[in-house]
Amino acid sequence: MNGEPEVHEEFEARLKAYEGRPAAATGVGRDPVNEPMIRHWCEAMGDTNPAYTGPNAIAPPTMLQAWTMAGLSRRPERTAAYDELLGLLDESGHHAVVATDCEQEYLRPLRPGDEITFDSVIESVSERKTTKLGPGYFVTTRTDIRAGGELAGTHRFRILKYAPARRPKDPKDRKDPKDPKNRKDPKDRKAPEERRPRPVVNRDNAGFWEGVARHELLIQRCTGCGTLRFPWLPGCNSCGSLEWDTVEASGEGTVYSYVVMHHPPFPTFAPPYAVGLIELAEGVRIISNVVGVPYDKVRIGMPVRLEFRRYDEELVLPVFQGVTR
Amino acid sequence: MNAGDRLPPLEIPITRTLIVAGAIASRDYQDVHHDPEPARQKGSPDIFMNILTTNGLVGRYITDHFGPRAELRRVAIRLGAPNHPGDTMVLTGTVEEVDGDLVTVRVVGANGIGKHVTGTVTVRVPG
Repeated sequence: MNGEPEVHEEFEARLKAYEGRPAAATGVGRDPVNEPMIRHWCEAMGDTNPAYTGPNAIAPPTMLQAWTMAGLSRRPERTAAYDELLGLLDESGHHAVVATDCEQEYLRPLRPGDEITFDSVIESVSERKTTKLGPGYFVTTRTDIRAGGELAGTHRFRILKYAPARRPKDPKDRKDPKDPKNRKDPKDRKAPEERRPRPVVNRDNAGFWEGVARHELLIQRCTGCGTLRFPWLPGCNSCGSLEWDTVEASGEGTVYSYVVMHHPPFPTFAPPYAVGLIELAEGVRIISNVVGVPYDKVRIGMPVRLEFRRYDEELVLPVFQGVTR
Repeated sequence: MNAGDRLPPLEIPITRTLIVAGAIASRDYQDVHHDPEPARQKGSPDIFMNILTTNGLVGRYITDHFGPRAELRRVAIRLGAPNHPGDTMVLTGTVEEVDGDLVTVRVVGANGIGKHVTGTVTVRVPG
């Protein structure tokens, strides 16, 4: 695809070069382990474990990383290597960050008064991954945390640096989808500059789209053996014949199977919505939207009826209206 | 206690307050954990819980069950579906292995959109 993979390869090689380099050097905890931070943590978590209070209190072990956090201050311990790595990802558009994995081992409890130091290494940088949030790279670091110079715990942390996928711009699109008044048809909600994807029309399927333009759903029929086929293909799967004609679907069908799309959102598609695998009365199946019924009322076996819906000045698509009883 | 034993579930309402309080208690000032607009610009419908809070809640779930003498040895978690305000997360646990006084528990935290967290916790439970 137009040379793009090579660009990724070269870029990924640059990222990989950071593996094994330090991410933080001789970091010092902003505060020693202390009772107020422990109390704030326990209040937030709703944790009433008596081990975390009183004269022999220990810190909740899961606070391990909290003692290394810079908060709103600068991070003097962060290395140039780690800054460069994150900078490369920022500049290439992967500016957003989310943590995905945390593995901690606790070797000795931390107690109020313990002075924290830590060192961190860039363990790995992944290849480019496609995620629900958008394309990005996973960066894994491993941190050794010491108390009074003694190893107290290890902390492996993975973040995803990603280029955010586009979301609907109109905040109204994010109303509670369970509220029936927000179950509008997608066509009513599309932003004017956004259009549904265009069908790919080629020699093998042009006849189908010509039929759609006339509001006819055409099924191919092999003139050799009479087998119906859909979607359109050059040859017959049963007898191999390349000769065919068409029959017009009656428009009656049932939901053979379906999924409800919640995520990810695509422009002009307002989730949640139902995508149905419709079995036509003629016996072939077609994938399309099930419309006219709330997404959570679509059921296998539900009768549906073909209709043609105009999405913009150019685009008409066959969709299926749910027939509720 | 045996492998296969199930821990009673713990239901945690995901309030805006919990998300923000957890982020600040863990000194995590990433805007996506307290400010909805930057969260939206980064592709999220609202603020979401930070991983340190999830980690703390998973630890709490285990020590709530095994008692104050239980010592956490290892907590390894992976995040999936984010915890947004208004959701509820239900933590469930299954004992995976018992080795002397070391117990390994498989933990899942499910919210309204899927599995927020999956992980394993190793805890020492003195006999």
